Amino acid sequence: MRIYSSKTRRGTAVLACGLGLTLMVTACGSSDDDSPEAKGGDVDCAKFEQYGDLEGKTVSIYTSIITPEDKPHIDSYKPFEECTGATVKYEGSKEFEAQLPIRIEAGNPPDIAYLPQPGSLRTLVAQFPDKFKPAPEEVVKNIDENFDPAWKEYGSVDGKLYAAPLGSNVKSFVWYSPSMFKDNGWEIPTTLDELMTLSDTIAEKGIKPWCAGIGSGDATGWPVTDWLEDFMLRTADTDTYDKWTKHEIPFTDPKVVTALDAVGAILKNDDYVNGGLGNVKTIASTQFQEGGIPILRGECALHRQASFYGSNFAEAGAEIGEDKDVFAFYLPNKTTDEKPVLVAGEFTAAFADRPEVKAFLAYLSSAEWANAKAAISSGWVSANKNADPANFKNPIDKLSVEIIQDPNAVTRFDASDLMPGAVNTAFWKQMTDWITGKSTADALSGVEKSWP
Amino acid sequence: MSTVEKFGQMFLAVAIFAAIFGLVLFVVDRIKGRQADRVAAFAFIAPAILLLAWGLLRPAVLTIFRSFKDATGDKWVGFENYSTMFTSSDQLEVLRNTMIWVLVVPFVASAIGLLYAIMVDGTRTESLAKALVFLPMAISMVGASVIWKFVYDYRPTVGSQIGLGNQILVWMGLDSYQFLLNEPWNNLFLIVVMIWIQAGFAMTILSAAIKAIPDDIVEAARLDGVKALGMFRFVTLPTIRPALIVVLTTIAIATMKVFDIVRTMTGGNFGTSVVANEFYTQSFRSNDRGLGSALATLLFILVIPIVTYNVIQLRKADVR
Repeated sequence: MRIYSSKTRRGTAVLACGLGLTLMVTACGSSDDDSPEAKGGDVDCAKFEQYGDLEGKTVSIYTSIITPEDKPHIDSYKPFEECTGATVKYEGSKEFEAQLPIRIEAGNPPDIAYLPQPGSLRTLVAQFPDKFKPAPEEVVKNIDENFDPAWKEYGSVDGKLYAAPLGSNVKSFVWYSPSMFKDNGWEIPTTLDELMTLSDTIAEKGIKPWCAGIGSGDATGWPVTDWLEDFMLRTADTDTYDKWTKHEIPFTDPKVVTALDAVGAILKNDDYVNGGLGNVKTIASTQFQEGGIPILRGECALHRQASFYGSNFAEAGAEIGEDKDVFAFYLPNKTTDEKPVLVAGEFTAAFADRPEVKAFLAYLSSAEWANAKAAISSGWVSANKNADPANFKNPIDKLSVEIIQDPNAVTRFDASDLMPGAVNTAFWKQMTDWITGKSTADALSGVEKSWP
Repeated sequence: MSTVEKFGQMFLAVAIFAAIFGLVLFVVDRIKGRQADRVAAFAFIAPAILLLAWGLLRPAVLTIFRSFKDATGDKWVGFENYSTMFTSSDQLEVLRNTMIWVLVVPFVASAIGLLYAIMVDGTRTESLAKALVFLPMAISMVGASVIWKFVYDYRPTVGSQIGLGNQILVWMGLDSYQFLLNEPWNNLFLIVVMIWIQAGFAMTILSAAIKAIPDDIVEAARLDGVKALGMFRFVTLPTIRPALIVVLTTIAIATMKVFDIVRTMTGGNFGTSVVANEFYTQSFRSNDRGLGSALATLLFILVIPIVTYNVIQLRKADVR
């Protein structure tokens, strides 16, 4: 073969390959050799002394929280990193839900995972009982001190506490434009009947009163589950809601049918939806982030969505406030006597019990972290009783925190998040099909079939 | 890990490779005699075969076993997953969609590729024309899906459109249409994307086959007084038959595996899910590894006859 008879050619080939490999390796080489920026000494390290010296240790986190919500998270860990010397590696991924079980099974779990649903915690603990580490002592103490007993329940499996609450959100809000209401002389409704009357009034004006979007990739359909849960709390009662969550009554129960039909009176009503976006079916094709934006253009008046939706308005350039571009009112109940509130949140689960991991978990469940995170976030809420509402700059966040901390509030956790993963997925899918035409009975029996 | 550590890993990998290769050469060198050639052949492909057995065969066998177990993989349930696959209305819809894909894509893509190849054969702008049609093959399926997602985008008729498809409809005076939502036609609109990608491949192979038709046959047919359609039916098609079959089977195999297009454009919602998308959803979203494995095994069984036929055809072409 001629190539081997030419030494120069061979030498060039080796050189080329060597260069190629080098470039590839450098490109793939890690970029976190960056030294942490030396911040000013305005962090009070006294509170961190309980965690000891963790110089040089690393804690890895895996979560589904990505841009732009991840930046406040990463910034809120800096005081911990500076005062203890540990490094926190934050990895956010859209594929979190699918990838976490794979990583656990492959023996490559992160140190800590932020689970968005207690239901998936239960499913995963059942699947991988040995891989999860129960919550350390300090965390249990913090939870007892800082959170309502209900929140401890959500993170426990069979009485053992695995996951502490991280962030929360309140879901029973209807977003609206204060200026639109003032210009038209509309009042904030205080009962469900008033809400429906208001919708009719707005429709008569020629504007479709409600707008909604449920597109969310793999999780398309989840906002409709929130609608159903909110209406279950209002057309049925909290006892029925609890039974429904635990599968003590089936999905096909008449009370659930009533609730879903009540949602349908709005979401599947061509006179009411989809303001600024089209007909009923566009609810399924619109991304949830886009669902409320027509309010800013005056093409829609009401958008039922959780407290975290505010960041989407902010990104569109609107200001949130009672007399600003957009605000939210409490989704009313049948009467003004009881105010049930739908809440949800993420939970931290650990797969390692090294001292630095325990320390970080303790930090996350402390009031210090909740207050630090609140000060730099918008559209973030904490269920921590000792988080100061004054730290929450966003008026909706402040309102949400006050609601959660109100001892008289009747809060219930998002039901679909408490159900097993398979049911949750089927719930999303059936609700999406329901919007595009499936009957209430068929959709609900579809979900019922998925209960293991 | 740091760059230095990565370099170290790279050198280690190269060293291991050199060691294995050296071992193989050493073994081959020692064997002499009549069996030397066969032993040499086996020794050279041994490392690759071993790796394939570990990384490809073993998972395949494990998946087949998994399909006979329940959702969490704890107990054996026999053929229950398979019966679910063929009786549950959701799963039957998935199978129906996959059938539509496999029937439509290979034939339409090959037909378009063939006609295009014949049309541009011998023209002045042949290279440019072929490059244009081949271009979609160069982008990833996800990239193509994102492009077509914009083409199919829906806005109400009265507003301004951002999707090319609806803009054309509006210009023609029709109402805008939900391409991705309206069942069952949304399947066809997803299929269009696959055809768009595969037509270039079909055209390239078939163009080469057309050019390989011996001139004397073509001349003889012309002398016999055959017209364009007759030329196509009696000369072109029979001669390129082996290439055409290879194209059809290759595209069919690619179509059976389609996942990216469905996942990116509709997430498998609105009645568009196909087997490859469904086994992903079942295994990783619904945590039903049993059903997911059954679907994967079904896909495997469906592909085997096509691959076998493809290999036989390729061997026949070689012999010729």
